[in-house]
Amino acid sequence: MKKQVILRQAQDETRQGQDDAERDAVVARDLDVRYEDFTALVGATFAVHYGEALGIVGPNGSGKSTLLKTIAGLLLPSSGELSVLGQPPRKLPPGTIAYVPQVEAVDWSFPATVWDVVAMGRFARLRFWQHFGPNDREVVHHALSVVSMGDLAGRRISNLSGGQQQRAFVARALAQEPKLLLLDEPTTGVDAATEEALRKIVRKLVGDGLPVLMATHDLDRVDDWFDRLLVLDRRVLALGTPREVVESGAYSAIREHTHTHGHLRHDHEPHAAHAAHPEIRA
Amino acid sequence: MEILTEPFHYAFMQRAFVAALAVGLICSTMGTYVILRKLSFIGDGIAHASFAGIVIAYLRGANFYLGAGIVAVLTAVGIGFVHRRGRISLDTTIGVLFTGMFALGVFLMSQQRSYAVDLQSFLFGDILAVQPQDLWLILGLSIIVGVTVAVLFRGLLYTTFDPVVAQASGINSPAYEYALLVMLALTIVVALQAVGIVLVAALLVTPAAAAYQLTSRFSPMMALAALFGAASTEGGLYLSYYVRASSGATIVLLATLLFFLAIGLKHLRRA
Repeated sequence: MKKQVILRQAQDETRQGQDDAERDAVVARDLDVRYEDFTALVGATFAVHYGEALGIVGPNGSGKSTLLKTIAGLLLPSSGELSVLGQPPRKLPPGTIAYVPQVEAVDWSFPATVWDVVAMGRFARLRFWQHFGPNDREVVHHALSVVSMGDLAGRRISNLSGGQQQRAFVARALAQEPKLLLLDEPTTGVDAATEEALRKIVRKLVGDGLPVLMATHDLDRVDDWFDRLLVLDRRVLALGTPREVVESGAYSAIREHTHTHGHLRHDHEPHAAHAAHPEIRA
Repeated sequence: MEILTEPFHYAFMQRAFVAALAVGLICSTMGTYVILRKLSFIGDGIAHASFAGIVIAYLRGANFYLGAGIVAVLTAVGIGFVHRRGRISLDTTIGVLFTGMFALGVFLMSQQRSYAVDLQSFLFGDILAVQPQDLWLILGLSIIVGVTVAVLFRGLLYTTFDPVVAQASGINSPAYEYALLVMLALTIVVALQAVGIVLVAALLVTPAAAAYQLTSRFSPMMALAALFGAASTEGGLYLSYYVRASSGATIVLLATLLFFLAIGLKHLRRA
């Protein structure tokens, strides 16, 4: 861990003098995302650096998933600017962004093995006429071994535990060899061992220079997971290192909120609390 | 021996067997997607809506396939649009629109004198009436659908399992969905003459559902579905000759029998 931190600092120093476009994998300015009858995200401005894990925390309905889906190009911002690796998300070459949804997003009774699902990660990179070749198989094998599922490759996905489903999804994302990784609450409903395995994988990827954005409602170990935190409640309430965010007070408000009534809350009620927590920037 | 090969002696029966093979293969191949994407109601809807097209083509003396094809494809694209927008429930749309289209077909048809006989053949199909030019159309459309499935195979598979993540990775999920719906419409048009409007949904769903019971991966499921589909249409046609029954109904009954056999086999393997 310590080594990685020092390495990152060294990388940061060598990057000094370069402009933001080269330092930042994701740049959002004044981003609004509206659904038909309500605004899920208001005026979000932030950046994600290369080689950092940015945690998105906030109560349910705070726009965490909306933010990830917008960066993935699944939703279009209604106003504001969004640049991912220097381009709008939908202009990126296939395979650039890997998105790991919550496991309930698919039907696990689908006739497929773990191998089949992880192999799908290669599909965006293959043209119609290209075969699924030895290199693709190699990458899938590697992705499976990273999540310690090599021996489960032939298992039907309907026979996986929740933790195994989540790891299969992460392996599929890795098989894509993405330039940006988006994770939507991957620690929900998984056992402690899987959670720790996922954390190590994320830290390793970040150490290798991959930018990672991850939504989480698990606030207990944020400093082990993330380099910086973005506190979201439809607006960006705070952005900084975990310590800076804790000191700003925005974090404890969210924490209390999440723990006392973290389940469904009203999206339409005015948030008077916002004014009390001025945004900070790292 | 002579009695067993008797059905193959007639040219119209030979054409029927070739048409039945094509219909059995592509219906069950597309049926694999229909089952896994839960589109069976859509298949039924397209078939019923295309009836209006058939009748209009019939009354104007235009080609049966042209009328059915245009309406089926338009309907499929319309469904895709409603499905994407998601403002109105898909069930409601299909339930309202397609029973309406079907009624329009029946209405126009009933104004004709000879309507009782013709209606029967549209509802339940008459594969024995396949003409040489029909056969070329059936084979041509089947090959187009088959080649398209082969070319788009990976994208169709990924967007069937997980359209959202596929799209995030740069695969155009909506385009695949529309392509699939158009292929489904063409398949239904091809199948109409064989099994008719009422039974086409069965041919889309039943062989693939039987294959689903016995396989745990996508490609084997599709292959087994195709086998079941072809066995049902060929076997059903053959049997119908001897039992002197409607070929469409015999085909679907055979497919249904295969489905229950598949369920039985699944439980035997588990035990």
